[in-house]
Amino acid sequence: MQPLIQVEYLVKRYSGRGVLGSGEVVSALNEVSFSVAPGKTLALVGASGSGKSTLALCLACLERPTSGRIWFEGRDIAALDEKQLRAVRPQIQLVFQDPASSLNPQFTALEIVTEPLLVQRKWGTREMHERALALLERIGLSRDMASRRTGEFSGGQRQRLAIARALSLAPKLLILDEALSSLDCSVQAQIANLLLELQSSLALTYLFITHDLAMAAHLGDEIAVMNRGRIVEQGVPEKVLRAPSHEATRCLAAATPGSIVTPRMPGAL
Amino acid sequence: MASILEVRNLHVAYCSRTGVASSAIVDVSFSVRPGEILGVLGESGSGKSTLAASLLRLLPASGNIQQGSILFEGRDVLQAEPRELESIRGRRIALIDQEPSAALHPTMRVGDQIGEVLAAHEYLDKKVRRDRVRQILETLFPAETERISSSYPHQLSGGQRQRVLIAQAIACGPSMVVADEPTASLDPTTQREILSVFQSLRQKFGLAIILITHNPSLLAGLADRVLVLYAGSVAEIGPTDSVLSSPLHPYTRALLRCLPPPLCGADEANRKAKLPVIAGDSPNPALLFPGCRFEPRCTDRFETCRKREPAAVSLSEGHTVSCFKFGG
Repeated sequence: MQPLIQVEYLVKRYSGRGVLGSGEVVSALNEVSFSVAPGKTLALVGASGSGKSTLALCLACLERPTSGRIWFEGRDIAALDEKQLRAVRPQIQLVFQDPASSLNPQFTALEIVTEPLLVQRKWGTREMHERALALLERIGLSRDMASRRTGEFSGGQRQRLAIARALSLAPKLLILDEALSSLDCSVQAQIANLLLELQSSLALTYLFITHDLAMAAHLGDEIAVMNRGRIVEQGVPEKVLRAPSHEATRCLAAATPGSIVTPRMPGAL
Repeated sequence: MASILEVRNLHVAYCSRTGVASSAIVDVSFSVRPGEILGVLGESGSGKSTLAASLLRLLPASGNIQQGSILFEGRDVLQAEPRELESIRGRRIALIDQEPSAALHPTMRVGDQIGEVLAAHEYLDKKVRRDRVRQILETLFPAETERISSSYPHQLSGGQRQRVLIAQAIACGPSMVVADEPTASLDPTTQREILSVFQSLRQKFGLAIILITHNPSLLAGLADRVLVLYAGSVAEIGPTDSVLSSPLHPYTRALLRCLPPPLCGADEANRKAKLPVIAGDSPNPALLFPGCRFEPRCTDRFETCRKREPAAVSLSEGHTVSCFKFGG
């Protein structure tokens, strides 16, 4: 099948000009290549600082890669200019880790979900209203909660809202950057189920970024392991986890409870 | 062995500006033995941070300890005068907070920040203080004591910052540390590392540790006992192995079922299968109702559950559960 998104030799370097003026160049992404078929989930795992979030920002066209290509539905979106990107952005949406900081606490649930529709200027007020309400129901919030401010919702409900906002422009690719990490276990399960349900009913494609290997194995059709800006291992979860070939994967697996790889407790003191 | 901390029938409530009281901790009793690691497992709103703050009497002005007693090393924390409290806080019980980047001063060198903790508690000659700081840092950063000591927090990784907080906590040689979600913002490898730091501190200094977390998998292999907190009351408490592998309370059972299958059990057949969930939401603490707090979400409930609160029943060796299924 034609992949929905295909990344080829993506490189992102940051130069350390800044207050500290070290002048050194940091390679956040180093020749990253992968592809995701439509309707599938690629789970991207890796330790902090391995480049996962930089990759998310590049795919969402929020950061310009230094070099490399990002093919999305047959177009190289890394080469598009700002004006052309306006048409692509609604197709690729992001959900962040902490809904408490990614949602304006002054906004009502309805306003949060309507905001992206306003930006696109394609619909009249009544239609936007109807669409937003339908979305809220879809993600499990009742209509009478629509006028509540986001600050009044629980963590799980807020993450539902963040997902609803990401879905409001009917995207094809959803980038979930640690979207479950700040939630309680029981709420994680609820949101994971919601993501599964939305994926099968809306044929969504997910890039699921996480450091939780167990969740990655559960939700991912494939797992890619990142280490120091490179994808060091990729494959179906069972294969990657049963026989990790790279040290980074082994480290992650060992730190995950219930793993087959025996935990190596580092001699800390 | 005599316990180092005894909490008896603790009730804590918050009062809103409109005068509505909502109870955050309801009739919580437990004890901690010297050198023991007690895991407190609870989800958001279960009252776990309130519990941590109550132990040191650090509740915000709206929080109020209504009833109960907290005995620490034989001293009554709730009756202590401000002077006496000062000699307990930081010296005998230290608190490690959730967010290492927020707990450290951004423009002060790490070594000075640890020295500040020492200075707050005892008068020491400058040179003596510097030596003490170096000793403390050596326990946590044996390979790079000097570099860390002269670094600013932003130059350190998340795991290193968390170690600095631990260094501050143990600076005055306390006998107990209360750690509130100490690894929440770290990746799993670093998480393991920090947890093993706690383990070695216990071995080295006989430190008792209350480890508060929402993640049951962190407690396995680390905590001696686990206390499960639901909506401000103790659902069950017992040895870690028996609570995590054969939980009794319906809440603990449901919570542990929510976790994605362990890596060893991952196979293609259940991949992307729906995970079991706990129906409903945590109760609103402002809306008090009689009966078991988990009753509205419980799959095993019966008539009595709605009428009164279950009492704690001791079943096997040190495993206590508050549920009518077991007598209550």
